Amino acid sequence: MKPRLADRPDTLAWLFLLPSVLYIVVLVAVPFVLAIAFALSDVSAGDPSYDFVGTRNFERAFDDPVFWKSLGNTFVFTLVSMVLIVVLGKVLANILVADFRGKWVIRFLVLLPWTTPVALSSISWLWLLDSIYSPIDWVLRELGILGAGENLYWLGQPGLAMTSVIAVHVWRLTPLAAVIMMAGLVAIPSDINEAAKVDGAGYWRRMFEITVPLVLPVAAVAALFGAIFTFTDMAVVRVLTRGGPNDATQVLASWAFYRGIEGGDVAQGAAVALFLFPLLLAAAVGILRVVRRIEVG
Amino acid sequence: MARAGLYFAAVLAAVLCAGPFVWSLITAFKQNRDLYDPRNNPFLFNRPATPDHVLYLFSDTAFLTFAWNTLWVGALVVLITLAFSLPAAYALARLDRPWSGPLGIAIFLVYLVPPSLLFLSLSRMVVGVGLQDSTWSLVLIYPTITIPVSVWLLMGFLKTVPRDIEEQAMVDGYSRLGAFVRAVVPLVFPGIVAVVVFAFTLTASEFIYALAFVAPTHEMPVSTGVPTQLVRGDVFFWQSLQAATVLIALPMAFVFNLFLDRFIAGFTMGAVKG
Repeated sequence: MKPRLADRPDTLAWLFLLPSVLYIVVLVAVPFVLAIAFALSDVSAGDPSYDFVGTRNFERAFDDPVFWKSLGNTFVFTLVSMVLIVVLGKVLANILVADFRGKWVIRFLVLLPWTTPVALSSISWLWLLDSIYSPIDWVLRELGILGAGENLYWLGQPGLAMTSVIAVHVWRLTPLAAVIMMAGLVAIPSDINEAAKVDGAGYWRRMFEITVPLVLPVAAVAALFGAIFTFTDMAVVRVLTRGGPNDATQVLASWAFYRGIEGGDVAQGAAVALFLFPLLLAAAVGILRVVRRIEVG
Repeated sequence: MARAGLYFAAVLAAVLCAGPFVWSLITAFKQNRDLYDPRNNPFLFNRPATPDHVLYLFSDTAFLTFAWNTLWVGALVVLITLAFSLPAAYALARLDRPWSGPLGIAIFLVYLVPPSLLFLSLSRMVVGVGLQDSTWSLVLIYPTITIPVSVWLLMGFLKTVPRDIEEQAMVDGYSRLGAFVRAVVPLVFPGIVAVVVFAFTLTASEFIYALAFVAPTHEMPVSTGVPTQLVRGDVFFWQSLQAATVLIALPMAFVFNLFLDRFIAGFTMGAVKG
């Protein structure tokens, strides 16, 4: 008997995969290629006709000091946030997997920063960091650290503005990292630890020879997600500082948006945004390699 | 002693994470004269509380429309995501084709192509299909963010379903397709729940596409609608903004928390043992 269509794994595999693959090809691969084409053209909002101009947009970007500043800021923003997100996420995960009363309420409160749409939580922070009415400044004034009528201008000074943007970002993504790492902690079979204990392995030995190697892959996954969300994020920057003061917090993603959508220079915006991909790819390959080495080793 | 330390750490974490929301809640009910005086204690009501600014949100802004838009866009995107990613994940996890490994990695790589790179050309394509300034453009585009993650999550869940279950179902006379629908899908229900929650959260938070594609107020979701309606130039309607944040944040965190354990289970299986 010839197997029916619904029984042939090869046909079925194609039927199952084709819709997703098509969706992604049409709405990710095509615009990706289009973005490359835009980056090599002179398309703008005012003049949408396509003329090939070669690498002129890239040369223009390289000549613009704001590009280099944004690139540097993107790296600082990503690296600092990622380290903080992974470390704090691990701490938070350890708290959340422990058993204690009222855990449900604590978990609910801890999840708030991640589940709130980023545009809204950033606006709440905008008010928390307000130049005059910031409650943080109020506390500092009450403590006598700031004089009467003095303010820190959180978002108005380059160093503080960057710190604020990173802090808000870390605040927002740490719960997600914690959730991912909770998964890793829960996944360690407790009998491995028990067996090691029976064999006489002390706390630190168990920590470094069992817990750390087993948690590392999932920590790497958390880092990867953190890096992707951080590297490409512009919502926090856009709402809090709009890249200012004086481009001190401008990142590649926000600058591409500023040039491409608000400035109407589609081609220039695409050229800037295109820099995100190779950097992200390198980061992803690097992290996945680490994961694989740990799993094999 | 360790117990006290744990409680201390847990409460500290909760205060750091939820503190801004508590403060938002207080701010939302403040009178202007109370709020705009830097000498007033920002954590207390120095004048009687007022519900005016919260009511303003409902009477004078399109807040309910925004919330409704976010809800129905999220629901449709979740449905589309499941319809596409469930079969795809099954094919990659179970149907044992030689190319399933590389294709799985390729689908994951899609996740690395960020909205900030695609929005320029996508906004051109959205104009091309005539969906500019319509909420439907978001229904069309958001699955590109959610499908790759969901395939990844669901692959993990599907790998935990014992193969005997499908074989038994096929012995019982189901086709391979029938076995998938009748025997496998019900068993990965926790994974489906995880995908629903994760996809909805991603969709509700999305900012760049919504900002780039949809300009008319009544078509906007919460993430762009609230800021545009309650920030007029330099004038911020602070109390109403804070109220909107709290009103959206609480229900979403509540629902997410309900499904957190299942979500965690899915992540482990997909990410680590994939």
